[in-house]
Amino acid sequence: MAKRAAPEVNAGSMADIAFLLLIFFLVTTTIETDSGISRKLPPEQDENQPPPPVIKERNLFTVIVNSNNELLVEDEIMKLENLREAAVAFLDNGAEDCSYCQGAKSESSSTNPTKAVISLVNNRGTSYKRYIAVQNELVAAYNQLRDREAQSRYGESFIELEKRYNDPRTSDNDKERLKPRLEEIRELYPEKLSEAEPKKN
Amino acid sequence: MSKFNKKKSGDLPAISTASLPDIVFMLLFFFMVATVMRQNTLMVKNNLPTADQVEKLDKKDLVMYIYAGEPTERYQGTYGTSAKIQLNDKFADVSEIQDFIYQERASKREEVVPFLTTALKVDGDSKMGLISDIKQELRTANALKINYVTKKGDAVEGNE
Repeated sequence: MAKRAAPEVNAGSMADIAFLLLIFFLVTTTIETDSGISRKLPPEQDENQPPPPVIKERNLFTVIVNSNNELLVEDEIMKLENLREAAVAFLDNGAEDCSYCQGAKSESSSTNPTKAVISLVNNRGTSYKRYIAVQNELVAAYNQLRDREAQSRYGESFIELEKRYNDPRTSDNDKERLKPRLEEIRELYPEKLSEAEPKKN
Repeated sequence: MSKFNKKKSGDLPAISTASLPDIVFMLLFFFMVATVMRQNTLMVKNNLPTADQVEKLDKKDLVMYIYAGEPTERYQGTYGTSAKIQLNDKFADVSEIQDFIYQERASKREEVVPFLTTALKVDGDSKMGLISDIKQELRTANALKINYVTKKGDAVEGNE
């Protein structure tokens, strides 16, 4: 009998199997990034601190959400889809020395976007979903106005500018150039959104 | 003589692919190990609300997560159906948030502490009372940067 070596198992397709698994894992892996509405909480008030300056009634835009999720804007019931428009109209009113405002310049609305404050009051019974929707609309109002200014001054929307500024691939030179633009637009329409502590009932 | 001139064919010897599976397996294991499926097991319902004016939360290591919502069915027998807060892997009381924040801060490098963001992953059906309590605690702990984590979508729709 001739001495025969055991036949070798063909391992050529092993690579294919492994590649298949590898590709499966590569495709199914979602490195998900969360996104959401960023806010900054006010620091805790010191009791000895002087009370904040009084804001004129016309510069205050009050939004109240009650426990039935109904919206009361400037003492009038309003639907959520109209909130953005109303907020834009209020912020952009510009009755006193505001060259870039395109609002109605009404006597009863805000004097200047830099002085206009939106006050959001919610109830402990308000649903979170509703609260986020209201927040979203108010942020959208600010973004809309900022976009308009950025578009007319730099031919690029505010969101685009911000995105480019935060992009790590943007060179430092570009960042230097973008920073004052962002700051300028933020100054034109500063986000003044105050939140009162929610009411009990 | 024939001993020395056999196998003189001009073919190139085939490159051995025997080690290819090893290389690929190495890659495979790397991906399997490096893939983090989910950091915490969720014990609360987490149907996030929708919004479209969102910012991305990059730099995962700088984010602290606070979950809140109704306990899932599995835990409803023990914990009831009222909305609860979840920190790490267990239910917590509002008063434990401050400790949680301090612990998280202690576990991070000192220079990144000012950039820490608290991400609130709260179920859309929870009441604002709970969220206000959380926010109050965060203010006391001086963790002022927060982010309401949402899904991308229209905020107004389905909300009337």
